[in-house]
Amino acid sequence: MTTRRRVVITGMGAVTPVGNSVREAWESVCAGRSGIGPITRFDTAGFQTTIAGELKNFDPLAFVEQKWLRRLDLFIVYALAAADMAMADAALTAETAGGDRAGTIIGSAIGGLATMETAKSALDRGGPRKISPFAIPAALGNLAAGHVSMRHSLRGPINCTTTACSAGNHAIGDAYRHIAGGWADVMVAGGSEAAITPLGVGGFNVMRAISLRNNEPEKASRPFDRDRDGFVVSEGCGLVVLEEMTRALERGARIYAEVAGYGATADAYHLAAPPPGHEGAVRCMRAALRDAGLQPGDIDYINAHGTSTPLNDLYETEAVKTVFGEHSRTVAVSSTKSMTGHLLGAAGGVEAVFTAKAIEEGVIPPTINLDNPEPACDLDYVPHTARRQEIRAALSSTFGFGGANAVVVFRKFVP
Amino acid sequence: MTLEEKVIGIIMEQLGVTKEECVPEAAFIEDLGADSLDLVELIMEMEENFGITIADNELEKIRTIQDAIDFLRSKGVS
Repeated sequence: MTTRRRVVITGMGAVTPVGNSVREAWESVCAGRSGIGPITRFDTAGFQTTIAGELKNFDPLAFVEQKWLRRLDLFIVYALAAADMAMADAALTAETAGGDRAGTIIGSAIGGLATMETAKSALDRGGPRKISPFAIPAALGNLAAGHVSMRHSLRGPINCTTTACSAGNHAIGDAYRHIAGGWADVMVAGGSEAAITPLGVGGFNVMRAISLRNNEPEKASRPFDRDRDGFVVSEGCGLVVLEEMTRALERGARIYAEVAGYGATADAYHLAAPPPGHEGAVRCMRAALRDAGLQPGDIDYINAHGTSTPLNDLYETEAVKTVFGEHSRTVAVSSTKSMTGHLLGAAGGVEAVFTAKAIEEGVIPPTINLDNPEPACDLDYVPHTARRQEIRAALSSTFGFGGANAVVVFRKFVP
Repeated sequence: MTLEEKVIGIIMEQLGVTKEECVPEAAFIEDLGADSLDLVELIMEMEENFGITIADNELEKIRTIQDAIDFLRSKGVS
């Protein structure tokens, strides 16, 4: 058996409701700024929920030609934007990325939902001949990775994870394994989502999954708070460039953090609800720690799934207590979703970016809106304001519908 | 607006090409960089704009901009 190769993060890109670059988004979450507001993307008359986390002042033409804009769903445009930024940040080009040894995995929970809705309208109005020939290729979930691979000549492994709210973490974890196992040297990985559409918002509404706090959008996402009433649907993309360590060192690349381990488990329990005590999450965090060769006491920060739904926050807290024991009183746990909202399949991507920045800068972003913690939620959630604190290693957790759990371990890079 | 101007306007919009590139003899695939999906969309746009239906077997005759204009004229579009 060959030794496992080490994997580091050498580039990052993001477009989020709290900023259209890593720098902007990181500044926002460290300042405790919410990105949630009224939905502008469609007419919300008749909808229970009228708020979401939309991108603001995002100029798609900075990343995609006009001709293509009509043919790409927004989740693909967001991925192209984040990939451009991540590749530039890593100082890699199509020529230097590695070609056959470079690949991409970009997850998406739903893919091109808006495209499908438009195509269905055209079908209903004018019959099958009115369906755009670009409807299918714009809606397919794997086309974010497809277009990114074409633009940057990433000719190695390509994939798309569609594990709902865990898609981004599964993408990063799987990409990490590709490099660790020797199948690739560079991987662009993360998640992209653009589901602020009538069907997306309406669909989550009837599941009673999302917040109804329409009159106070910035307070709607309040993980671990007594008055939380569901998550807030958000959009955007977060991508990291993962690279085999010696290659990164040889070319003198900037290294944000090391990806040290990855755990993936299934609840095998219910389509949407977590099992009591979130035992699937417990097994997932333990698997990730084992994979990283770390003990619970080595972890200084957890970027929680922390959706702001009644069940998740309660059960996730229980799971952290089960895994971390005594140390659960001291480990810092924050939910950046309190500011970004829930980017669904892109959540793991964006939260990987925040976790890596937290390690790099020694700053833990806060959980905002935690005014009255739920009595059973009694961990250190870094309420309201960011905290300066050295982080040796951190977990980023995501738990998706379908019982799909994925946890990635990041560690301060020491050669 | 003449038929030529209307057709070229649609082509510029759909294929993202310039007016200068849209000479009558320009072929959609070879000269204007269209692929098969672009062509389907372009034809749908022409059908929509001129209120006609173009059958699949008629498509094969349309290779250049002039072909498209001639075809539309043959359908009584002016």
